[in-house]
Amino acid sequence: MEQFQVRGTATRRAPGSRRQAIIGVNASGNLEVLIERVLPDNECLVEVATAITGFRDLWEAVITEFFERSSPGGLRFSINDTGARPETVTLRLMQGLRIMEDEQ
Amino acid sequence: MSIVQPHEAHWFEASARERIAGLLDPDSFTEFLDPSQRAMSPHLAQFNLTGAFDDGLVVGSGRLKGEVVFVAAQEGRFLGGAFGEIHGGKLVGLLRAARDLASKNGPRGVLLLLDTGGVRLQEANAGELSISETIHAIIEARLAGVAVVALIGGRAGAFGGGGIVTACCSRIIVSQHARIGVSGPEVIETNKGVEEFDSKDRGLVWRITGGRTRALLGGADRYVRDRIKDFRAAAIDLMANAPPFSAATLAAEQQRLADRLQRYGECRDAPEIWRKAGIFEPDRIADISDDAFLAVPRPAGASHDAR
Repeated sequence: MEQFQVRGTATRRAPGSRRQAIIGVNASGNLEVLIERVLPDNECLVEVATAITGFRDLWEAVITEFFERSSPGGLRFSINDTGARPETVTLRLMQGLRIMEDEQ
Repeated sequence: MSIVQPHEAHWFEASARERIAGLLDPDSFTEFLDPSQRAMSPHLAQFNLTGAFDDGLVVGSGRLKGEVVFVAAQEGRFLGGAFGEIHGGKLVGLLRAARDLASKNGPRGVLLLLDTGGVRLQEANAGELSISETIHAIIEARLAGVAVVALIGGRAGAFGGGGIVTACCSRIIVSQHARIGVSGPEVIETNKGVEEFDSKDRGLVWRITGGRTRALLGGADRYVRDRIKDFRAAAIDLMANAPPFSAATLAAEQQRLADRLQRYGECRDAPEIWRKAGIFEPDRIADISDDAFLAVPRPAGASHDAR
């Protein structure tokens, strides 16, 4: 198992008023993402726990690209992973961001 | 939240959270120990496994056609929905709360959305204990007048201790996908040989453990199509008509099972039972549509109030 964080800066606060959401299931080739609106508006963070070791560089590339594309200011993403492919990770992060846009 | 309307979705494909969302009245669910509280397994890391923020079990309170109910849903895709220490603790706590609140205008019933292979091997002692405590808690909740309804139709079925937990419920709802048993097919084959049970023969596995067989034999009370809305309709109906839990109930169920063994004990496969029971075209039970199956009359001794 490997655990690490990827921090980013955001140009805007992620829209919506939802405080938290969860998407995905931690199963083989899949991951769950818990999203919480707990950070200052110009910060974002992904915490990764993955059962598969040795792919930190790839994770950082995927997450950095997500930060640049989406600027999810104020959100902390916590991931439990069992070997999801990069496009699945991007998909789940985008799904999570979309759910947080809902008004509560 | 979900692209598919949860109410119209298939039970089999849905996650634990999607099942709850479609089963209960819209937006009525309040989760206990939600994922942000990170009630996670303390044991999985030493096996190099990542956990789940809810330890594979979603528990909470909601409304079913206006009535307050408690609900617990296992995520069958996370470690096969298996019971671990936290997972089991959440379930036992929910059932005990239902028992304690029964006399104080508490929940009318508890819905158990089981989807489990049984005990989680990585935390087996804690898992076994939690199964025993769950069984105890179900009995106590039922004695307090709370209906406990099992809903089964997921990938993992209800095996091992999950099969025993199922049998302790007031009422059981299944779809065709539901498999209920104690020792799973692979376990039987490993211990007794392929001549005893060929776990790769999917037709055989479903004929022995599947939802249609369970429904025809009275091992389940209601068969539904694989739709969340159908499970919902059945849960509303059965919750309102759950039998009281008493010595008379147990004695009647014991008698029903003894009669069933007497009648079908020699049979080696399900179609032999259907033939004896006088069901039209017994070899086609597995192949017909859900609507055709729902029209098949239940054999004697399967419709009962003895659970």
